[in-house]
Amino acid sequence: MRFVLGRLGHSVLVLVLVSVLTFALIELSPGQFFDDLKVDAQIGSTTVETLRQQSGLNETPLTRYLAWTQSVARGDFGVSLAHRVPVGSLLWERARNTLLLTIPATLVCWLVALPLGLWLARHRGRWTDRIFTTASSTLVSLPDILVALLLLLVALRTGLFPTGGMLSPGADTLDAMARLRDLVNHAFLPFCALILVLLPPVIRHVRASAIEAIDAPAVRAARGHGINGWHLTTRYILPLSANPLISLAGLSCAALVSGSVLIEVVMSWPGLGPLLVESLLAKDVHVVLGASMLATMFLVTGNLLADLTLYAVDPRVRS
Amino acid sequence: MTRAKAIIGALVGLHALILLAGFASPYDPTTQTRTMPFAPPARVHVFDADGRFHVTPFVYALVSDASGAIYSEDTSARFPVRLLTHGAPYTLFPGVTSDIHFFGVDAPGRIALFGTDGYGRDVFSRVLYGARVSVTAGLLATLCALLVGTALGTLAGFCDGIVDRIVMRAADVFMAVPWLYLLFAVRAALPLHLDTRAAFLMLVAVLGIVGWARPSRLVRGIVLSAKERAYVQAAEGFGAPPLYILRRHVVPQTYGVILTQAGLLIPQFILAEVTLSFLGLGVGEPEASLGSMLGTLQQYHVLASYWWMFAPAVALVTVATAYHALTSLGHEHARLVAS
Repeated sequence: MRFVLGRLGHSVLVLVLVSVLTFALIELSPGQFFDDLKVDAQIGSTTVETLRQQSGLNETPLTRYLAWTQSVARGDFGVSLAHRVPVGSLLWERARNTLLLTIPATLVCWLVALPLGLWLARHRGRWTDRIFTTASSTLVSLPDILVALLLLLVALRTGLFPTGGMLSPGADTLDAMARLRDLVNHAFLPFCALILVLLPPVIRHVRASAIEAIDAPAVRAARGHGINGWHLTTRYILPLSANPLISLAGLSCAALVSGSVLIEVVMSWPGLGPLLVESLLAKDVHVVLGASMLATMFLVTGNLLADLTLYAVDPRVRS
Repeated sequence: MTRAKAIIGALVGLHALILLAGFASPYDPTTQTRTMPFAPPARVHVFDADGRFHVTPFVYALVSDASGAIYSEDTSARFPVRLLTHGAPYTLFPGVTSDIHFFGVDAPGRIALFGTDGYGRDVFSRVLYGARVSVTAGLLATLCALLVGTALGTLAGFCDGIVDRIVMRAADVFMAVPWLYLLFAVRAALPLHLDTRAAFLMLVAVLGIVGWARPSRLVRGIVLSAKERAYVQAAEGFGAPPLYILRRHVVPQTYGVILTQAGLLIPQFILAEVTLSFLGLGVGEPEASLGSMLGTLQQYHVLASYWWMFAPAVALVTVATAYHALTSLGHEHARLVAS
């Protein structure tokens, strides 16, 4: 119980400190959004002053920090300067689209990576293992942007998949089944890109920690006793290699909102990625920092869940 | 060992080529030739149109058809490739200017090894200059992050207590924000439109700010364990002042970690620079950066029709692969030393 509370307290502390950092970053760019308006001759200086007043930019930093934390607690993350709506409502809609893409991709990724990584580790040094090692180190050197661009090129050349967007224009008129099919059609390409980006590092980690477990004295002893095959894998190798994998799964949780940003931008998937880039280019700082806060929450929650799982499954952590 | 030599040789060669971009590239990266947009890569011949063999390789001039989109070779005049020719002046290093290029062809002819972009600029030259921007940014940002990280990590490890707590909490904060989001958040606090030089320095600073936490934490761990070593305690017993111990016995212990981190951070930072410039948040036109060059591929017609516009991606992957090979080499070496 004390462990749980300790980890929880640590997570909350980190979140509070991150909120201070993000707020400090908002402060560093004071009212630049309105400074841009001042240049516009059609907008009078009084208008700008009223706008500043309304946005609360004339208060002291501490009051504004408290107001901002309250809005974070409400899930608003402040008001978007460009859209004049709470940042939260912008973020949730886009985050939903992102999660629609990343949750299935992450699930598929782990479902493929676990058996494949274990299999590669048990058959270490075979030609399949060598092929995989080469392929994965090539894929790891390919940046997300390039993977997305190459898949987009394939789609453009073959014309098999729609490029860009989430639904075809006029999809609102279709019935539920046809809309779903349209959505899957559009999601297929970014989904593939995401899998290509996420999969190699996970397989590598599974393989590496399984190899470490196979070389461990406990597993060698079990083999000496004639334990083999499925039983050896599930009862001896997997538990021994579980710890680093649980931590990695925690990190996968963070990748749910941060892993697909560039792919979304290139493939124009209306998730958080394009929103972030638009806001950066429009100097809409609140949206960028709200999104960073959201991503941090995912990472901190993921780490917390991983720590708690470790506590539950590994007696060594408990003592 | 031969593999190690090959990898290190390849890295040194790549960096020499990139840093000497002005000498290695035949043209100025910003000179536009509006009459030749998206010209395909020049073909270097040794046999002319009549099938005769020539010792010096040569190129033909490209002429576009009436639509301006389809190019063909004008076989009436040959332009032999010349080595060490005079061409557009360039600055090799700050203060050193020259107009000697490694290769080139005489004036009306043009040798665009990787074709030209939408403004008729030479893609080969732009890739080299762009790689120079991206790689230098990566190297400087790594230096920056490692300096800050080592300084703070050593400080935290050496004077434990409140200083240690503060530094490590700060590191926690920087590591709690996903990497790309932290990059965006720091970038959002800085002005949007900057001239090239300011944008470059800003990129280095942003990457340095983003990357200091992990190295500082690793360095702190090493400093903490080094402090307990017998020889450090012996030096203390002999009355050596703390700064001497730090400089002589503790800091040298961290060099291994710093080098490994450098090998990991450099490709990561090069990629980060490319990402920001790709999104239009880094070094912009008319200067070349691998990222902004890749950005043109977001236009579907460029992506689908002009394959040579992928040249910056090839350069990027080559550099990244070389660094990955170096890192795995380091790991193998460490494993050999350990066993």
